[in-house]
Amino acid sequence: MSLSEEQVVQIAYLARLSLSDEELQSNTKDLNSILDLAEQLAEIDTNGITPMAHPLHMTQRLREDKVTEEDQSESFQAIAPKTGKGHYLVPTVIE
Amino acid sequence: MSLHTKTIAQLSQGLSSGEFSSVELTQHYLDRINASDLNAFITVTDELAMRQAQVADDKIAKGVGSILTGIPYAHKDIFCSNGVKTSAGSKMLDNFISPYDATVSHKLNQSDLVMLGKANMDEFAMGSSNENSYYGDVKNPWNVDKIPGGSSGGSAAAVAGRLAPFATGTDTGGSIRQPSSLCGITGLKPTYGRVSRYCMIAYASSLDQAGPMTQTAEDAALVLNVMAGFDEKDSTSAERDVEDYTASLNDSIKGLTIGLPKEFFSEGLDDKVASQVMAAVKEFESMGATVKEVSLPNSAYAIPTYYIVAPCECSSNLSRLDGVRYGYRCEDPKDLEDLYLRSRTEGFGEEVKRRIMIGAYALSAGYYDAYYLKAQKTRHLISEDFKKAFKGVDVIMGPVSPTTAFDLGSVKDPVSMYLADIYTLSANLAGLPGMSIPAGFAQKLPVGLQLIGNYWSESKLLNIAHQFQQQTDWHTKAPQEL
Repeated sequence: MSLSEEQVVQIAYLARLSLSDEELQSNTKDLNSILDLAEQLAEIDTNGITPMAHPLHMTQRLREDKVTEEDQSESFQAIAPKTGKGHYLVPTVIE
Repeated sequence: MSLHTKTIAQLSQGLSSGEFSSVELTQHYLDRINASDLNAFITVTDELAMRQAQVADDKIAKGVGSILTGIPYAHKDIFCSNGVKTSAGSKMLDNFISPYDATVSHKLNQSDLVMLGKANMDEFAMGSSNENSYYGDVKNPWNVDKIPGGSSGGSAAAVAGRLAPFATGTDTGGSIRQPSSLCGITGLKPTYGRVSRYCMIAYASSLDQAGPMTQTAEDAALVLNVMAGFDEKDSTSAERDVEDYTASLNDSIKGLTIGLPKEFFSEGLDDKVASQVMAAVKEFESMGATVKEVSLPNSAYAIPTYYIVAPCECSSNLSRLDGVRYGYRCEDPKDLEDLYLRSRTEGFGEEVKRRIMIGAYALSAGYYDAYYLKAQKTRHLISEDFKKAFKGVDVIMGPVSPTTAFDLGSVKDPVSMYLADIYTLSANLAGLPGMSIPAGFAQKLPVGLQLIGNYWSESKLLNIAHQFQQQTDWHTKAPQEL
C-alpha cells in the first residue's frame, strides 16, 4: 500500500496544512517510507491482545464537580493575535 | 576548582557555608552562557535570574533555605514559565509569553532555584539531533561539528558545557537519555506519571515524562526530590508519595542481578560503543553484581509502534495551534480556513508537519485499526516483555544509542533518524524509568550506559548509578577547553 500525491494533499488538508509542489514530492516519499516502516507491525500476531491505552493501566480520576478555575481571561487574551470586547476575533464567517 | 565544575551537592555546601553567594554563582554562569557559542539557550533570563539569586541569598542568610536554594539551572523551553517566552523550539510559539507556570516550574520556584534561561530543543520535542529547532542547531560541547542529541539537546549541551549545574528535560522516546549519552552527562526519565505534565507542552501525552539532567546521580536524586510528586492538575499524574531519592544512594549493590537484553547487542550497534558498555557491565560485576541474558523479543517493533502512537497523539495535541487564541497567526487571512491553513503551514517546521500528517492519516477513517489500534496492541506486547524480564533481574542494562554523536547535517532522511532511537523507545512505550550514565568514550566522544528499572524504581536506579560513579570517573570528564 502506497500513498499517492493526491492522497497526501488530502491528508495535509485534514491536518489543515498545505504543501508546495516541491514539498508534496518530498513528503510523499517520506510518508511512504514511514508507512513502510509501520508495515512491520503486520508481522506480529496480536490476536486477543488488548490495546494498551495507558502505560500504568490507570483509570481516569474523577473529582468533585465544583468551579476551581479563576477567571484569567484578561491575561489569556493579552497574548491573543486579535481580540475585541472579550472575544477572540477571526475573519468573518457569517455575513 | 572553578565554580562551574562543581556538582549541585558541592555548590549547595559552598552556598550554605558562605564561600560564595548565589548572586556570584549566577553571574558566573550567565557570563559563561554569554561567552558560549553552543546555542544551548533560546532565551537567557538574566534579569530574572539575578532577582531570584538575590532572594535565594536572603533566605540562605536567614537560614531558611532548602538544599537547592540558590542553585541555577537551565529549563527546557517546553515547560511554561509565567511571564517568560515559552517557545517549544517552534516559530508557532515564538511570540508566546506564558501566562502561567508549569507545575515543574512552580516547584523549582518554590524551592528557590535560579532559572538562567530556557534551553534549546527540537521543535515540540520531535527529533533526535536538535536540528529541528526554529532557533538553530545546538552544538555538542565535545565536538562542535557534532549533534548534541535530542530533543533535550540544549539541556544536555548546557550541562556538558558547564553552562548550568543542571537542566530539566523531557523524554517521550529517549529525549533525556539519548542527549545525556551523547553529551556525557547523567539523565533520568522517571516512571510515567511521576513528574507532573501540567503546562509541559504536550507532544505525545501517553509517553511524555520530565526528569533531571545533571553531572551525577546524586545531583539527579536531589533534583528529582523537587520535581516529582502527585499533581491534581494533571489527570495522568500518579497518586503516590514521593520518596527521598537520596536516601538509598549509598546502599551496597552486592548481589544485584543485571539483565542484558540480547536484542540490544545485535546488528547495528557500533563495536566501540558495545565495548564501552560491556566494560561498564564488567565494572558492576567487580562490584558484586551478577549478569544474566534476558530477552525482549518484541523490542525491534518499538520503532514502528512508537512512530505510529506518538504521531497520532501529536496530531491531536497540536490541533489546538490554529492561530486563533495564541501563538503565530498568518498575515491578512482572507477567511477562517485560510487563517488555519496558513498559520499552521507557516508556523510549523518540516518534521512536525510530517508527524502531524502521519498521525492524521493513521487516525483517519478506515486506517485506525491497521495502524493506531495495532500499535496499541504491540505496545502491550512490548510492555509484557519487560514484565517477564523483571521476574529474573533487578535492572536491565544496555546501550542508549547505537553510535556516538554524528555529524551535524549528516542524517537527512527521517527514517534513518528514527532508527537511532531503537534502544530508548521501549521504556517509554512501557512507561518504565530509565537512565543514561557516562560510561567512557569512543573516538573522543561520550558513550552512555542505559539502565532501565521496574516501575517506581527510581531510587534503585539512582543507587546503582551512584555506586558506579563512586568506582569510575567518567562523569567528572568535561570537554577539554573547560
